[in-house]
Parts: sequence; structure tokens; C-alpha cells
Amino acid sequence: MQLTINGQSRMVEAASTVADLLKYLQLETDRVVVELNREILSADSHCATRLQDGDSLELIQFVGGG
Amino acid sequence: MQIYINEQPHTCEAAIHLHELRDQHKPDADVLIVNGFPAATDQELKDGDRVTLIRRGEQPTAQELEALMIARHTPGVHAKIKHSCVGIAGVGGLGSNIAIALARVGVGRLIIVDFDLVEPSNLNRQQYFIDQIGLPKVEALRDNLRRINPGVAVEIHQVKITPENLSELFGQVDVLVEAFDAADQKAMLANNFLRLPLSTPIVVASGMAGFEPSNSIVTRVAGERLYLVGDGVTAAGPGCGLMAPRVGIAAHHQANAVLRLLLGETPD
Repeated sequence: MQLTINGQSRMVEAASTVADLLKYLQLETDRVVVELNREILSADSHCATRLQDGDSLELIQFVGGG
Repeated sequence: MQIYINEQPHTCEAAIHLHELRDQHKPDADVLIVNGFPAATDQELKDGDRVTLIRRGEQPTAQELEALMIARHTPGVHAKIKHSCVGIAGVGGLGSNIAIALARVGVGRLIIVDFDLVEPSNLNRQQYFIDQIGLPKVEALRDNLRRINPGVAVEIHQVKITPENLSELFGQVDVLVEAFDAADQKAMLANNFLRLPLSTPIVVASGMAGFEPSNSIVTRVAGERLYLVGDGVTAAGPGCGLMAPRVGIAAHHQANAVLRLLLGETPD
């Protein structure tokens, strides 16, 4: 399916949920902010949230340091 | 002619020399500064000169200091930010630097939250002193801020920030700053704060370890009320420590993003 991830259009076949997509992109679920179609997703809903063709996501990954 | 004495406008009817002006306005002043430079000898003053008369070791009152700050900052800026409140979550390398920048610029109220104590290794980048080792960071920082600008109201909480107490701690701030160290804590704060029914912006940071180029640290809009500072990739870890210059750059990106938001400007 066609997704827009951080402003860039991408074809992703291997992911049906947000959790699948994070795994596919090698992002750790407890270190990201996921915005799906401009709504912030709670961390505990990644597994249950299904992706649909045309979805737009902002994925913000945190690294340690401060 | 018009000159400025300690940033206040002053009209002189006739020509006047520096020492005469000192004798009239502050006879005990022992440091005389004209247009930013110490004046070693007496001199005739010109229209528009800015004279600062100081008695060494004497502290201005809070009112005098505020008048000096208003004069020094861009007109209108001080009035806006004086009535603002900023929350700072974590006062380590980022948060202690951000708090000092915001206190110097004159943000009226700061809410600083951290459960941690000052440790010796913190002195490599955090705004604490060697005689503050072992103190709660929020207490040490409050004392340091008071020494810089006693006009800033500093509210301190020595607690661990959780999804449960987030709203109580920061529900009333104009801008929240994420200044944690651990990646999962950064994400926890952003995720939970962004889900609160508020329109308050949050400025977060990710990626400022090591000594990569300064210009790889940027500020960008990452969501409707989410602003992200950092290079996005350089994690702290073995062989890539956190150091004062680059952490300071990220902290001041965050502080400037806060200032711009308070003044109604977009941060990026």
C-alpha cells in the first residue's frame, strides 16, 4: 500500500499495522512519537491500529542524550 | 543634549564631563563605562552617549535590574515574556542551560522539574558548581537562577515525571520543554503531553551527543504543536559522550524556539 511517511511517499507491503511498520523500519516502539493522519497515537495502540492505503504518518524517533 | 545614565534617558542643558556627571548622580561610583567601554580618564560627553555608573560590589535592586533589562532587550519583548510561564522537564545538560537562557532574557515564571541530584560527572556540561555536588538539581538551579535574575519566579518540583502527574505539573504553562536524557523518557513525555486536551506547544530534543558539526543541529516543526531540535541521530553512548558545546547548542536552539513561540513567531 501507498503511505506518506515524514512527507515522503513510500510503497510498503510488509506492514498491516503501525507496530508492523515500526518493526519494518527498525524503530523501537517506546522511543517514537507516531502521528497518524495528524492524530498522535498512544504507544499501547500501535498493535491494534491498522494501516490503510493513503495514510499519512509522521514518525519521530528519539535518541538518548541531554 | 540627551544621554543615557544606567540605561535611563537624561537631558543635559549644557556640555558636561564624565566625572562631573558622576559627582552629580552617583558620587560613590568607582567604575565608569561610556558606550560599553571602561573610561580610564575624564572626558566630555556627547549627545547620545550611554553612561553606566557602577559601585563595585553593589547589587542593583530587582526594580533597577528590571529597568536595565527592559532597556537592553528589544522594546516590547520584555513586556510579553515577563508574563509568560515555561515548564522545563529535566534540568540536566539541556534543561539547566535552557533555564539560564530564559531567566537572562526575562521569562517571568519557570517551573523546573527533576528528581535527580548533582553528581561530579554532571559538571562536564550542566550549569552547576563544584560546591553544589549532592544537592537536588532543582534546588541548586533555583539558587543559580536567583543569583542571575531574582525577578524570575522559579517553582521547583523534585519528583519523577510520569503520565499521571504531567497535567498537574505542566497544565498551566505557555510552552513545555522536554529536556530529558533517556530516549524512552523523551518519547513518554512527548506522547503523553501531546495527547492532553491542550494547545500548548512542546519543544523536544533528539541527537546532540559527540562533537559532530554544530550546523547539523536544527530546529524543525514536527507536528501541530511539536517542535524538534537536534541532529536526530547522534545518540549518547560508549565512545560518543555528551559534551558542553554541542549540548549547549541544542539547549539554546530549544530556548530560542521557546522565545519565538512566546513572541508569536514560528520556531523554524
